[in-house]
Amino acid sequence: MASTHVTKRAKYKTTIKDPGTPGTLRMTFEKILFVPHNPKSAGKLDVEFRYIKGQKHTKEGSNKPPWLNLTNNQNGSFIFEFENYSDLQECRDFVGKVLAKGGEVSEKPTVAYPDEQLSAAEMELRIKLLQEDSELQKLHKQFVLSGVLTETEFWATRKKLLDREVSKKTKQRLGFKSAMISDIKPSTDGRTNKVTFNLTPEVILQIFAEKPAVHRAFLSYVPNKMSERTFWTKYFRAEYLHSTKNSIAAAAEAAEDEELAVFLKQDDILASEAQKKIRRVDPTLDMEADEGDDYTHLPDHGIFREGNKEMTESQNELYKRSLSQDINRHAAVVLEGRAVDVELEDTKAVAEALAQSKQKSSNKGESDGDISRERLDRLSRMTEIEDLQGPNTLPLAPLCIKDPRDYFDSQQANALRTSGDALGGIEQIKCGLSTQEVYGSLRESISSIKAMGLKEPIVKPEVAHQVFDALTNSISNTKYHIGKNPQESVLDRLPRKTKEELLHHWTSILELLKHFWASYPITTTYLYAKVNRLKDAMSNIYPQLEEIKGSVPSELRHQVSLLVRPMHQALDAAIQHYEASMQKRSAQSGERPNGYV
Amino acid sequence: MASAPSKLYADDVSLVVVLLDTNPFFWSSSSLSFSQFLSHVLAFLNAILTLNQLNQVVVIATGYNSCDYVFDSSSDLNRSFENGRMPVMCSSLLQKLEEFLIKDEQLSKEEPEGKVKSSLFSGSLSMALCYIQRVFRSGALHPHPRILCLQGSPDGPEQYVAIMNAIFSAQRSSVPIDSCYLGSQNSAFLQQASYITGGVHHKPQNLDGLFQYLMTIFATDLHSRSFIHLPKPVGVDFRASSVFGQAQSEAASASDKKRKTPET
Repeated sequence: MASTHVTKRAKYKTTIKDPGTPGTLRMTFEKILFVPHNPKSAGKLDVEFRYIKGQKHTKEGSNKPPWLNLTNNQNGSFIFEFENYSDLQECRDFVGKVLAKGGEVSEKPTVAYPDEQLSAAEMELRIKLLQEDSELQKLHKQFVLSGVLTETEFWATRKKLLDREVSKKTKQRLGFKSAMISDIKPSTDGRTNKVTFNLTPEVILQIFAEKPAVHRAFLSYVPNKMSERTFWTKYFRAEYLHSTKNSIAAAAEAAEDEELAVFLKQDDILASEAQKKIRRVDPTLDMEADEGDDYTHLPDHGIFREGNKEMTESQNELYKRSLSQDINRHAAVVLEGRAVDVELEDTKAVAEALAQSKQKSSNKGESDGDISRERLDRLSRMTEIEDLQGPNTLPLAPLCIKDPRDYFDSQQANALRTSGDALGGIEQIKCGLSTQEVYGSLRESISSIKAMGLKEPIVKPEVAHQVFDALTNSISNTKYHIGKNPQESVLDRLPRKTKEELLHHWTSILELLKHFWASYPITTTYLYAKVNRLKDAMSNIYPQLEEIKGSVPSELRHQVSLLVRPMHQALDAAIQHYEASMQKRSAQSGERPNGYV
Repeated sequence: MASAPSKLYADDVSLVVVLLDTNPFFWSSSSLSFSQFLSHVLAFLNAILTLNQLNQVVVIATGYNSCDYVFDSSSDLNRSFENGRMPVMCSSLLQKLEEFLIKDEQLSKEEPEGKVKSSLFSGSLSMALCYIQRVFRSGALHPHPRILCLQGSPDGPEQYVAIMNAIFSAQRSSVPIDSCYLGSQNSAFLQQASYITGGVHHKPQNLDGLFQYLMTIFATDLHSRSFIHLPKPVGVDFRASSVFGQAQSEAASASDKKRKTPET
C-alpha cells in the first residue's frame, strides 16, 4: 500500500542531548515538514528530500528510544523521536522509498511553476540559434532577460526554428557487418590443441539474428540447463563439425548430445517463417516471397538438374548444411537492417532484446483474421471482370461554378464604401443611364469637335500658369524631401544608426504585439500578469521613439515621423484594447461581492 | 534593348503609344467633357510629333467592350481625310474613333446592376505591348517606345492579374508606362504600373489645364528624363486588388506607402 505522505507525532531533536520539541512530523515525496505543537517554539523544520542523504535509526530490540536520524548532504542531521517503534518503522520505510526514488528523479526540478523541462540538447540548440542570429539575440536580451517575456513564451512562437535544427541531428543506425561470422577465425594453440574463440556482443547479436534456432536454444537453455560457456562451446563444436563437412560424424555426435543436435540440425524457425510469409502473400501481385524462399529443405535448392536424379535419402541429409544457405541467410539478415538498438553489454541482454523486437514485429503482423479478410477483399477486387459488372452510379454532386465577377464586384463595392468617398456614390448613381444614351452622348462630342475644331485656345493662359507653378513647386519640394530616384527608400537616407534603431524597434514592437494579441481573451491570472507586463513594455517604447525623432536632423524629421506613425498606430490600438478590457473587467468586478477579479 | 543601334538615331526619338479611355459611362459623369478632353489630347499629340521629326505616335482606344488601334502616325492612310477646320491627322483619328465607338456599342450586352464600369485597360495595354514588340523586331533602327495611359475609369479588379502580367512584361522590355489619371479617386493599378516600370504617374488637380500637364510632364522623352525632374508620388499604393483581402481606407497608412519594411 503506497501512501503519498506520512504524518506522525514526534519530537524533533537537533542533537542527541536535546530533549526535543514535540510536534507533528509530516513527510511527503518532496519534503519533510515538522511543525511544533507550541507555535512559539523555534523548532519548525521544512526540508526538501533532495537534501536528505541517508537515514539511521535505533534498533528495536535495544533499550534506546525510537529515534530516526536523517542526514543531509551538508553533514547535518535531523533527529526525530517517535512514540513507538511501529511509527518509526513506517517512517523508515517511507524515507527509504523516497531515497530510492530520489536516485532516479534527482534531475527533476521542483514543480513550483509550470516551466518545461529542458534537456541539455535543447538548451544547446537555443544557445546556438541565439549565437547565429544577432537580431534574435537582441530581442532575447531585451525581453527575456528584463522579465517582460518568459523563456517558454519567447520560444513558443519559434517552434519551427527549433524543429528544423532538431531534425538535422537524427542519428543514423548502423547495420550489420557484411563479413560473414563464419569467417571469424579463432586463435589456435598448436601445443595444447586448444582453439579460442573471441565473442563480442556484436557478434553474438549477429549470430542470434541469423540463426533463430540458436537464439531460441539460448533463451531456453541458459542459465537453466547449462552455463553460457558450455553453450558456446557446444555451438562452436557444432560449427567445427560443419566445417569438416562430415555429416556422418555430425549425425553420430548429434545422437549422443541432444543439445548439440540443436545446433547441427537445420534451422526450423527459418523454415516456418518462410512458410508464413508465403501464406501472407497476395497471389494477385506480390513478389515478396515465393516457394523458392523455403529452399533449405529442398534438394539442390529446388533447382532441378538434368541427369542427376539420384537422391540419396539418408538420415544424414538432416545434418548437411551448405555454404550457399549460410551466405543467403547472412545476406538477408544484413539487408533487413538492425532491429536492436540498445547497448550490448552481455549475451543475456542481447538475447532478450532480440526476442523483444521479434515479438513486436510479429505482433504487428498478427491479427490474422483481419489480414485474411483484407486479402480476400483485394482478391475479389483484382479479379473483377469489368464487362460483367453492373453500372456503379455513385451519387455525384452537381458542379456549381459561380461567376467570379460577382465576388470581384462586391469587393469593389466594399472598397468604394469603406473608402468613404462620396463621389464614388454619385458616379454609381449616374451610371443608371442606359448604354445607348451614354454612347450617343460620346459620339455627339466627337461630332461637335469635328464640326467646331479644336478648342480655341487649347488652354487659358492663367490656368496654364497656375498649373505650371503648382507643378514646379511640388516637384522641387518632393525632390528635396525624397530624392531623385523613385525606387529609393526613405530609410536609406537616414543615418545608419537611426535606421538600425528604427528597424529594431519595429521587430521588437511586432514581437510584443504578437504576444499581446495572443493572450486575449484573458482567462487565467497568468495571462493577466503577462498582459500587464507587455503593456508596460509597450508604454516604454513611446519615449524611445520620440528620442529617435529628436536625434535626427530637422529635414529628415518629417520622414522619420511618417515611418514611426504605423508603429504608434499599432501600439495605440493595443493599448486602447487593453484599457477597454480593463474597464470592462472593473465594471464586471464591481458586481461581484467578494472582489473576485 | 541594345543601345548601340539607337546611336544612329538621335537620343530623343520616341514612340509614344497613347491609351485613350473611351469608357462612355465614365465620360458621361466626368467634370471634363469628352470634346474638351479630345482637344487637349489632340493638341498634345501634335506637339509630340513636332518635337522631333522622327517621333511616332500610336493611339489605342480603350473601350468598354473592346479595344482598337485608332491612329498610327507612321501610316500613310492619314492623307485621305481632308477637312478645312481640322488638321489632317486629327480628322482621321476622329473618324476612326467614331467607327470604333459604333462597333463597341454593338458589342454591349446586358450587364447586372451595380457592376463597376471599368474599361478594358488590360486589353489595350497588351495591344500596346504587342505593337512595341513588333517595333523592336523591325530592325536595328527604332525609336524608344513608351506607353502613356490616359485613364479615368475606376480599376476593374477582375483585370488585376492581366494588368500585372502586362506590367511585368513591360518592365522586362524596359518600356516605361506613364499614367495620367483623370478620375476622382485613386487608381492603384496605374500607380503600380508607373512605379514598377519606372514611368511617371500624375493625377492632375485642375483638369482645365490638362494640356499643360501633358506638355510639362508627359512630353519628355526618355533620354531627357535623366536630367529633367518630373513629379514623383509621395507613396505608391501597393494594395493588391481587393480580391486579396479587406480593402483599407483611402487615407492609406504609411505601411502601404513605398517603404522598406522588415519581414516578420
